[in-house]
Amino acid sequence: MKRKAAGKLNAGDGKKAGGSAAERQNVKNGEVALVELRLYVAGQTPKSLAALSNLKKICDEHLAGRYKLHVIDLVKTPQLARGDQILAIPTLVKNLPVPIRKIIGDLSDFERVLVGLDLRQTGRPN
Amino acid sequence: MTTLRTRGKNGNEIHPLKLEKAKTGIAGFDDITFGGVPKGRPTIVCGGPGCGKTMFAMEFLVRGAAEFNEPGVLMTFEETGEEITKNVASLGFDLDGLVACKKLTLDYVKVEPAEMEETGEYDLEGLFVRLQYAVESTGAKRVVLDTLEAIFSGFSNTGMLRAEIRRLFRWLKDRKLTTVVTAERGGGTLTRYGLEEYVSDCVIFLDHRVAEQVSTRRMRIIKYRGTSHGADEYPFLIDEKGFSVLPSSGMKLTHAVSNERIPSGVRDLDDMLEGKGFFKGTTVLVSGTAGSGKSSLGACLADRSCVDGRKVLYVAFEESAAQVMRNMRSIGINLERHIKKGLLQFQAWRPTQNGLEMHLLRIHKLVEQIKPDIVIVDPISNLMMGNVHEVNSMLMRLIDFLKTRQITGFFTSLTHGAQKDIEQTDVGISSLIDSWILVRHVELNGERNRCIYVLKSRGMAHSNQVREVVMSSEGIRLIPVYAGEGVVLPGSGRLSQEARERSEAMQREQASQERGRARERKRKAVEAQIAALRADLAADEVEWSLQTSEEVHGESRREQDAAAMVRLRSGESRNNRQNVSARGDA
Repeated sequence: MKRKAAGKLNAGDGKKAGGSAAERQNVKNGEVALVELRLYVAGQTPKSLAALSNLKKICDEHLAGRYKLHVIDLVKTPQLARGDQILAIPTLVKNLPVPIRKIIGDLSDFERVLVGLDLRQTGRPN
Repeated sequence: MTTLRTRGKNGNEIHPLKLEKAKTGIAGFDDITFGGVPKGRPTIVCGGPGCGKTMFAMEFLVRGAAEFNEPGVLMTFEETGEEITKNVASLGFDLDGLVACKKLTLDYVKVEPAEMEETGEYDLEGLFVRLQYAVESTGAKRVVLDTLEAIFSGFSNTGMLRAEIRRLFRWLKDRKLTTVVTAERGGGTLTRYGLEEYVSDCVIFLDHRVAEQVSTRRMRIIKYRGTSHGADEYPFLIDEKGFSVLPSSGMKLTHAVSNERIPSGVRDLDDMLEGKGFFKGTTVLVSGTAGSGKSSLGACLADRSCVDGRKVLYVAFEESAAQVMRNMRSIGINLERHIKKGLLQFQAWRPTQNGLEMHLLRIHKLVEQIKPDIVIVDPISNLMMGNVHEVNSMLMRLIDFLKTRQITGFFTSLTHGAQKDIEQTDVGISSLIDSWILVRHVELNGERNRCIYVLKSRGMAHSNQVREVVMSSEGIRLIPVYAGEGVVLPGSGRLSQEARERSEAMQREQASQERGRARERKRKAVEAQIAALRADLAADEVEWSLQTSEEVHGESRREQDAAAMVRLRSGESRNNRQNVSARGDA
């Protein structure tokens, strides 16, 4: 799966290669890492719905074709909350590429989401 | 207020409207709260770092699961499950075992602000989901949130956090979960983030303070809605057996009494106490200056009691066990054999090792464990480091505790200062003491001697004598001091006085013997005289009898002669008869 997604990205999304350090690195190596995302929600709350639609917008704009998103509803699978240390709802977890990042809230602040996903070099280093 | 009166110690069912309580299983805590923490409600345990909040919470949870069949959920925000398992393993709690048999669920909630980016609105539903999942998976009745306030460091939206915490407590209450929440003490407030305003049922404050380099832990129940509770500060201890609170039981004076006597181990001391010794279950204080033989009296009591088959707990604050054994051998007391038999339990602690409360708590725990008949504390004066009032209240608790268990307490106390003060030095606790024996040095004639007297001994006609303590390899003897001729003399004064008396007596004896001999001599002389006179008399009598017979003889001769004369004068041979007659006439 990974290989396939990366290949697709290389072919169709080259103009964004100058974006972040991570991206530059990936391009240099000849492949772009897949961004693996999990969105934790608890039922169909307004915040969860808002987060989901915001996330889709961001991904479509910045990560088109190179991300994988799982939406986890903790009402249905509460045992999964422990693994990613979920406290706040909604929480977006970026597992890959490392470092792991957590973004909490309804993701309405796009800039911060991008920083949180290491798609922007503003804010904190690393 | 009716609930107060109807509440029994374990009687949750006495009054239907009464607040239900959940036993924590923590030694002493259930006593001071009359049953434990409020059942189905949250309790806050707050205090500074290292005060024992987590330990309290863990013991509440573990004992609930293990002893009261109330499964629990532990949600930690600071330590991982592994860490906490290790930490409490030292207290003998087997968290893994409880987890394995589904009596306990651990959930470590990691709050890591560095990994988080906040973008827009959120709530803590995740926490609720996890808690609910944990509670449902074990059927938990008890919940511990160990430092819930850690979430304040992870999220910037405190308004949201407060709303969520309020909701959390409501949620816990609705599910009737008995919850203990730990919270860090804040500057000027009980908890740093003011959690106490959300939990109005029960607030417990733990304090770990250091006074004069000695740490003591104390607990206070700040608030317990709907029930009465002890309002004092109670010292508590965390040791290898867990948490224990020392309840103050000094309010009631209802302990049973006994007429049984405990011999002191010193025959002469028993003599001073009606010949029988101390009453069982009373408290004996032996105070005196350094080296006056207090410990030896304690050892005598221990020895004798063990011989009588009583169990003795000996707490030494000055000497190690081995040292006491060795020293007591010099007065002919072998304590080792009792230790081997298990009758004597020896505990040697440094007085500076802990605060007074800690020592007393340890004594409490040991007493509960060993169940001795006699507790010897040598000396209690070493515990008197804090302020006098504190010490007195602590000792009162100890004495009361021993009395309620019918344990005879034997305390020694080192007194300082001038001799005239000796009876005042311990006056603070003297009123608690049933038998008070004073040993002191009397300096006289260039030597110091130990004098002992019974200052008081409740309920018996004790001796008013001052006696001298004489220690030898045979043990302790209390010898009446010389008290003749209006002076009291101990030691060599007594000895020389006695020697003087002995020599005087001897002189008197000799004189009387001499007089006896003189009388004998005189009698003998008189008897000799009598014998001599008797001999004279006998001689005279012989003489006299001879004379008498001669006279008688002579008379008859004369009569014969006369008759012959007559015959001559009137017979045939006249001449012859005349001559004879003339001779006879001459």
